[in-house]
Amino acid sequence: MVVGKIKRVSGPLVVAEGMRGSMVYEVVYVGEERLIGEIIGLQGEDAFIQVYEDTSGLRVGEPVEGSGSLLSAELGPGIVGKVYDGLQRPLSVIGELIGPFVKRGVKLPALPRDVKWPFTRNRDLKVGDKVGPGDVLGVVKETPLIDHLIMIPPGMHGELKELVNDGDYTIEDTIAVIESEGRKIELTMLQKWPVRKPRPYTRRLEPTEPLITGQRVIDMMFPIARGGKAAVPGGFGSGKTVLLQTLTKWARTRLNIYVGCGERGNEMADALHSFLKLKDPASGRPLAEKAVFVANTSNMPVAARETSVFLGVTIGEYFRDMGYDVLMVADSTSRWAEAMREISARLEEMPGEEGFPAYLGSRLAEFYERSGRVDCLGRPKRAGSLTIIGAVSPPGADFSEPVTQNTLRYIGTLIALDVSLANRRHFPAVSWLLSYSRYVETIERSWRKKFPQWRELRDRALSILQRESELMEIVRLVGPDALPEADKLLLDVAKMIREDFLQQNAFHPIDSYCPPEKTVLMLDVIMKFYDHSSKALLSGVPLDKIRALPVKVKIARMKEVPPEEFGKVYNGLINEIKSSIESLVKGG
Amino acid sequence: MSELYVKEVRRALSARGSLLFVETVPGIKYNEVVEITLETGEVRLGQVIDVSKDFAVLQVFGGVSEVNIKKAKIRFKGETLKIPVSLDMLGRIFDGLGRPIDRGPPIVPEDWLDINSAPINPASREPPTEFIETGISAIDGLLSVVRGQKLPIFSGAGLPHNRIAAQIVRQARVRGKEERFAVVFAAIGVTYEEAYFFIENLKQAGNIENVVAFINTAASPVIERIAVPRVALTAAEFLAWKHGMHVLVVMTDMTNYCEALRELSAAREEVPGRRGYPGYMYTDLATIYERAGRIKGMKGSITQMPILTMPNDDITHPIPDLTGYITEGQIVLSRDLDRRGIYPPVDVLLSLSRLMKDGVGPGKTREDHYQVFMQLIAAYTEGQYLRELSAIIGVESLSEHDKKYLEFADLFERKFINQGEYERRTIEETLDIGWDLLATLPEEDLKLISVENIKKYHPKYRGKGSTS
Repeated sequence: MVVGKIKRVSGPLVVAEGMRGSMVYEVVYVGEERLIGEIIGLQGEDAFIQVYEDTSGLRVGEPVEGSGSLLSAELGPGIVGKVYDGLQRPLSVIGELIGPFVKRGVKLPALPRDVKWPFTRNRDLKVGDKVGPGDVLGVVKETPLIDHLIMIPPGMHGELKELVNDGDYTIEDTIAVIESEGRKIELTMLQKWPVRKPRPYTRRLEPTEPLITGQRVIDMMFPIARGGKAAVPGGFGSGKTVLLQTLTKWARTRLNIYVGCGERGNEMADALHSFLKLKDPASGRPLAEKAVFVANTSNMPVAARETSVFLGVTIGEYFRDMGYDVLMVADSTSRWAEAMREISARLEEMPGEEGFPAYLGSRLAEFYERSGRVDCLGRPKRAGSLTIIGAVSPPGADFSEPVTQNTLRYIGTLIALDVSLANRRHFPAVSWLLSYSRYVETIERSWRKKFPQWRELRDRALSILQRESELMEIVRLVGPDALPEADKLLLDVAKMIREDFLQQNAFHPIDSYCPPEKTVLMLDVIMKFYDHSSKALLSGVPLDKIRALPVKVKIARMKEVPPEEFGKVYNGLINEIKSSIESLVKGG
Repeated sequence: MSELYVKEVRRALSARGSLLFVETVPGIKYNEVVEITLETGEVRLGQVIDVSKDFAVLQVFGGVSEVNIKKAKIRFKGETLKIPVSLDMLGRIFDGLGRPIDRGPPIVPEDWLDINSAPINPASREPPTEFIETGISAIDGLLSVVRGQKLPIFSGAGLPHNRIAAQIVRQARVRGKEERFAVVFAAIGVTYEEAYFFIENLKQAGNIENVVAFINTAASPVIERIAVPRVALTAAEFLAWKHGMHVLVVMTDMTNYCEALRELSAAREEVPGRRGYPGYMYTDLATIYERAGRIKGMKGSITQMPILTMPNDDITHPIPDLTGYITEGQIVLSRDLDRRGIYPPVDVLLSLSRLMKDGVGPGKTREDHYQVFMQLIAAYTEGQYLRELSAIIGVESLSEHDKKYLEFADLFERKFINQGEYERRTIEETLDIGWDLLATLPEEDLKLISVENIKKYHPKYRGKGSTS
């Protein structure tokens, strides 16, 4: 191994000399305390190292030792439900063993070595079969919600010589032996994969399936495809973190990964707490049984923000390779970009816009491009997807800044949060005028199968909201009375769409998750109300009478109706709208 | 190399701003403390902020004025900046580096603690849920604070942030609990009058025995401001985690801290970020604010109330902006309300407490609290909008229904937000005022409140045996 010496220490950046023979992105151990760092540049015999732990106390001349390997994630049973830091150290275990403060120099394996997992072998495999990367050797029931497939790691193939019988094994026990070119390879349930390198797949598929999130404004208005990528920019107080945590809780996927990158410790604690408490709507099991957390809070070493993002993606790809739909949420990519800026400045690189390095865009692209729906490697044939949602925290809520603008180049759905909506307590504060989704066309067919009216309802609602913002310009000048009755009705309906449909309470026991059946019918009710009221206006019914209809109050309380009762309530509402408006027409 | 080896240099290469550049001596550590002895015998503290084979950069608390680079004696102490801590600190006043300035005796240290503590493991944090009653309606009713939260006051020059902070310190309590509490007060670059306003206030309220104050006034060295919040929080952590006390940390004015950070960054010739503030200011502020919280299995807590003045009342300025991204909400003061004589002039629409939902409700405050809060805000928002509209089209062209909301907005400001500086309202009183105001609106408009709560708390039904 290469051993050099510290030449300079400046914050998280260490320069070491005598490092000839090391490679870029190689993991190194810095100083006598063997702090973990990564080489981010080489020049002659000097290595530029970003250190993932506090560098206080390091001295010039202390040793720096190369590891010969890249920064890698440990993948295998034991990963689900864990809380990791950016270096994949298990924070919950550290909390129990070492205490409530994160001390540096702690080294603990990411996955428990002593736990025995119940392994069930793949009945279709026989000794003597030719096997290749991604082939499923067996399965471990890791949690009641996760069947953890044990696969042959990428790049390995040969003839199956041995496969253990069903039984309990640790991740270090040999479970299979394959022979390749006369060489025997022992396989365990543990895989290691460099976090910066995308995991391979057979073929990319078009994202044609919607990711059901249970959030009306997303599912109905600005949908995200499974395997797609979305960004959520918003100033402080616009409810970014609440929205992202809500998505991580309720998105209908097999596994969700929440990466808290440079964010608040108390919020992370709250998320961990609520994932244990809340139940998955599909199975009734605690959400923590289908989640992985990566927590690198804002006061933890900055350099590890980058690894926390890539660690999250790598775990996501690994479960995607099992043929699962996976969601990975990164909150917030701006903090990662700031870490890049800090390191770049210390390297004295030529700064780009607002001091961010010129490679900001390409680094963001490397991250978002790892999402996708793919045909996985290996047998049995299966397709999986990894959806990425990244938060962006633009300074002063100004979306023209470099991180937001660079992100927009790569994403398919923009969920733009508007601070002024949040100030009016309209949550989720998703701006219907700024947001967009490029997946509407590709996923329309999938929606159409169950809900033929989805597209039409969506387009109509959006155009009403668009028209509302135009009319409001006029109202601000001349007051609402100057508008014709039909426009006043449109304003009323737009208000119903905003308050009774788009607003959704993330903490209400029923409203926090709205299944797609209910979402579509809720909007349908409002549109039916609009249709009937418009007709009534034409036949001379005064608007005030329509406004006073008691059915409007019932529409406003639709959100609180449990989904299983909603079919009945829907029919009742439609009938009441029809009959009450008809009686107005007759009475007038 | 022996630890006994004294690392000392007698010559600095250059001095600039608050930085000294010196030749490297073997074995000096990144971030270690240095003592600079001037010709006059005065000793200043400093810290190594960059070290390489050829030279080291020292940041000198107290600045480099009067430092003769040929004659100053620079001694490396071999450890990071630590302060002595002890329970005796309660009731005492210190300078920004933790040295007593109240003519009292030096404290006998129970421990020496690094001013940069290790971050709290996010997995070991206990989510904060204990409601703190401040007795101020705008805060308790609409921006409820919980133990372990960090909630800053965003103010402007000349607004009464200090009076509000003093009122909170005087009145804050957790209901039904008599536990050990303490206030740690850090004055960062404020005027002498401001600093002593607090101390006098605390003395009058009779709880100076529970206060530790760290004072860096506008006349003290700028660079020392970098250390003040950290020193204060180190004392707070000692009281909270070692002695199980509930500590409220008030820091004023964080704007001065950020200015000092910018000055230091400029001296180091770093690439400036927005408006000249360093690109790492978010991270730097986070290492201060994130020291609030609760820890599983530990008794104490640290609640932070930093105060900052927004330059030019601009909430998008980097200082409030980055702070808002880290803290759990903000209390924003409004110049408009202040001019109209409303105290405390809290802009409740721009203000926010992110942890409120966990601290209110049955068993904590009252079952209707959250719904009343939502309804009050919704009605006030509507009233504000109509106020703007009526300025253009005139009050006469509003409908009777709209006029009720207009009136509501006025009443809300005068009766709910406005209160006396020495008036302490219980949460029940606050909520009942809220209900009295909501009762001026049509009952069917109260869509955000459940039917049961309306029946139970609406003045129309109150006391009519609705519980039967």
